[in-house]
Amino acid sequence: MALIELNDVRRVYDLGEVQVHALRTVTLNIALGEYIALIGASGSGKSTLMNTLGCLDRPTHGNYRLDGEEVVTMTRDERAKIRNRQLGFVFQNFNLLNRTSAVENVELPLMYGTKINAKQRRDRAMEMLSKVGLGDRFHHHPSQLSGGQQQRVAIARALVNRPSILMGDEPTGNLDSKTAREVIELFRELNEEQQITVILVTHDQNVARNAQRTIVLRDGEVVEDTDDFSKAKEALEYTPTDLDLVP
Amino acid sequence: MVSTWARRWSREKKTKTMSLLDTIRIALRALVKNKMRAVLTIIGVVIGIAAVTTIVSIGQGAGQLVSGEFEALGTNVVLVLPGQSKRGGVRQSGAPTLTAADSQAIGDFCPAVLASSPIVGTAGQQVIYGNENWDPRELQGVGADYLVVRNWELAAGGFFSADDIESNGKVCVIGQTLIPKLFRTVNPLDELIRVNNVPFRVIGILQKKGANMVGDDQDDVVLMPHTTVRKRINGSPLDHVHAIMVSARSTEQMAKATKQVQTLLFERHKVGPTDEADFSVQDTTEIAATLGIITGTLTLMLSAIAGISLIVGGVGIMNIMLVSVTERTREIGIRMAIGARGKDILRQFLIESIVLSCIGGAIGLALGTAASIGTTYLINAYKPGTDWPMVVSLPAALVAMAFAAAVGVFFGYYPALRASRLDPIDALRYE
Repeated sequence: MALIELNDVRRVYDLGEVQVHALRTVTLNIALGEYIALIGASGSGKSTLMNTLGCLDRPTHGNYRLDGEEVVTMTRDERAKIRNRQLGFVFQNFNLLNRTSAVENVELPLMYGTKINAKQRRDRAMEMLSKVGLGDRFHHHPSQLSGGQQQRVAIARALVNRPSILMGDEPTGNLDSKTAREVIELFRELNEEQQITVILVTHDQNVARNAQRTIVLRDGEVVEDTDDFSKAKEALEYTPTDLDLVP
Repeated sequence: MVSTWARRWSREKKTKTMSLLDTIRIALRALVKNKMRAVLTIIGVVIGIAAVTTIVSIGQGAGQLVSGEFEALGTNVVLVLPGQSKRGGVRQSGAPTLTAADSQAIGDFCPAVLASSPIVGTAGQQVIYGNENWDPRELQGVGADYLVVRNWELAAGGFFSADDIESNGKVCVIGQTLIPKLFRTVNPLDELIRVNNVPFRVIGILQKKGANMVGDDQDDVVLMPHTTVRKRINGSPLDHVHAIMVSARSTEQMAKATKQVQTLLFERHKVGPTDEADFSVQDTTEIAATLGIITGTLTLMLSAIAGISLIVGGVGIMNIMLVSVTERTREIGIRMAIGARGKDILRQFLIESIVLSCIGGAIGLALGTAASIGTTYLINAYKPGTDWPMVVSLPAALVAMAFAAAVGVFFGYYPALRASRLDPIDALRYE
């Protein structure tokens, strides 16, 4: 059984006068331990798909089964619990709490949901920070850390609850190329050594090339789903010919 | 490959829900992160609670002052006044129907009565000593137990005895005000004063009692045996007294004493069940109760003013909490993305608001107490003679604290609810 099963998922935004079809129809399966890159031009629906997969948003149509459980019919609280236990998020702009130390940021997911005592929580947060190479930065605030370090804190936070899926929304978008490579390396390591399913939304082909599987979206539909990055690249760089523009 | 940390962590004990302690910890951390916002919120509550505390405690002080003045009139006093009598179908009010024997009987036969004294008044008598003269506010004839009834003590000398009363003795006891007016530096004891050209020997001096609540000087008084006043000053042949002053054994026994006096006098005056009584018993607790209502109304009014300032403080909290929700939209989004449920956010914001209110409440309470001590001090310093009591009541303090917490819940709920209903995606995208 696949970890993630999407079946004819659609997402329509009703903006009053117009309806925007962010996802026209998406059907795909993702297995545990896969490393996936979601690519596509702006407005192709990749962020919407990401939010849907991350249980932050609910599709307007279709089924989404995560680990055998139907997400579409879940309540807000149930989805919050799924996000806490099963999913870890890493964002382009890190989204750490300001004026809050690295270790406090990392232990935040442990304060919601699972209840363990404060000592264990702190130990686990410190252990996690050490894993991502920030063993000497426990008590630094985000403003005292470099971009790469902040993203590592965010990764530690995403992983502290041992989720099965790690999601990244342009995780290297705000990093210089060297730091980006380091972060990508970290993702690969986590995927290979800890069996964590990694799903990244990215513009960066260097990031996407690292993934085992690449899913290309265009106009709210999957146009390519392949293990061969050159095919994905072809699909991404496809431009409509004059012929296509003829109705 | 199974992860090494997964194996280790699986040994840790877990329960399902997030504990209140954790929510409190999250809320406190969030407060500490933004001290300025916390301080501004607290100030709003401080002002409200301080106003309530000060106003209520000053109001209660006023209440105690008034009832204290009233108690100075005499402890638990019941006044028996002559009522109407019927003579040949004509009803007269204030007819002389009470006698000294009635007073004696009340003292002897009513168990709830501590002491009883007849009162015989005079009309504007001048008191002369040497070539000084003085019009005392009161020149009264009283019984031997008068001082017990009035809860009054002698500063010097003695009081007249049963013999003095029996023999219409030419003796008197004077209040403090008369000393400077008549005697100046002379010790008044054993000196002779003249009233109505009759010489009276001063045998005692009363302790200072001060002004009563109407402002009359209670020390401007000359007391004599009631028989002396009736016969030697008023020149009345009748054996009647103007009033009987009775004191009950305690405030609780007032009603009982009143009842016993009535029953006894009905019997003595042979008033049948259908007749109208020829006397009336005036219970001063009624007056005290009226005064209580007055001061109660006063406190209520002041409390209303205080309540308004509390609401103002509360709206202040709500404003800052609402601004804070908007300002912290992104934080809320982050928390939701990593698994905070709506109710976790709601609780966090509520607890933040309650904590702020309670801290504000505590500071306000301290400040209010200090302010009321200060005010009391100023009143007593600038208006000599008043002894405004300092009242800091524990119940009022507790109510104020409870109110502070309630303000926190009430005015914090709406912003907290708004925060908890935010959409995580919108909140994360918020700049």
